[in-house]
Amino acid sequence: MNGSTIVFYLLGLMSIVSAVLSVTSRQIFRSAIYLLFTLIGIAGLYFWMDYQFIAAVQIVVYVGGIAVLIIFSIFLTQQSGEQLPEVPVSRAVAGAIAVMSGLALVLVLMDRYGFSGLSDPGPAPSVAAIGEKMLDINGYALPFEVVSILLLAAMVGCIVIAMRKKSQV
Amino acid sequence: MNVEPGLFHFLVIGAVLFFIGIYGFLTRRNLITMLMSVELILNSVNINFIAFNKYLWPGTLDGSFFTVFIIAIAAAEAAVAIAIIINLFRSHQSINVEVAEEMKY
Repeated sequence: MNGSTIVFYLLGLMSIVSAVLSVTSRQIFRSAIYLLFTLIGIAGLYFWMDYQFIAAVQIVVYVGGIAVLIIFSIFLTQQSGEQLPEVPVSRAVAGAIAVMSGLALVLVLMDRYGFSGLSDPGPAPSVAAIGEKMLDINGYALPFEVVSILLLAAMVGCIVIAMRKKSQV
Repeated sequence: MNVEPGLFHFLVIGAVLFFIGIYGFLTRRNLITMLMSVELILNSVNINFIAFNKYLWPGTLDGSFFTVFIIAIAAAEAAVAIAIIINLFRSHQSINVEVAEEMKY
C-alpha cells in the first residue's frame, strides 16, 4: 500500500462521507457546504486519474459556479437558522430499503461481470488533443455548437423566468 | 479483493454516490436539497465515464467529452431550476415540493 493508494482511499472516503452528510443534514446551509466537499473530492479523484482538464472544469463549474449559485439561492429563499422539518421515519426507511437493494443489485452485477480493466493504462490525453478533437469536424464540433446554443437559451430563459413582472412591483 | 485502486474501485464509488443521491431525492421535500441530490447523481455518472475512459479505452477521448458535455448541461439545468425555485418562492413564500402541486392543474 503506497502513498497514491492512500490518497485514493482518502479522496473516496471524503466524497462519500460528505455526500451522506449532505443528504441527511437538517441545516440546509451545512448541507450545501458538505456538497461542496463532495465536489472537491470528486475533482481530486479526477486529478488522481491524471485527467487534469476534467478536474479543472469540475472545480471551475461545480465548485465555483453551481455550489455558489445554490448557496445564494439558499440565502434568497430560506430563513437563516431555520431547520428543515424532520424526515418521517416511514419515508426514511422506505428510501433506505430502496436504495440499499438497488446498491446491492448494482454491486452484485459489477462483481459478476468482473470489470478487469487495464492494470497500467497509458497517459491521460493532453489538453491540446482535447481541444483539437473538440473543434474537429469529424469529432465533436457539432455537439460543441449545440451546447453553446443550449447555454445561451438557458441564460435567456433564466432571466425571463426570474424577472419580476411590472405589475407585481 | 484487490487493494490497489483500479476500475472496480471507481465504479463502486460512482454507484455509492449515485444511490446516496437517490436517497436524498426520495426523502427530501425541499426543492433546493432535491436539486443538490440531482447534482450528486450527475457527478457519479461523470466518475464512471472518466474511469471507463481511463481503464478500458485509454487512447480515446469520448469519455472526457461526455463528461464535459454533462457538466455543461448540468450547469444550464441548475441555473434554470434555481430561477424557477426563486419564482416559486416569490409567489408561495415556500420552496416545499408540495406547494408546487398546483402546477399540475
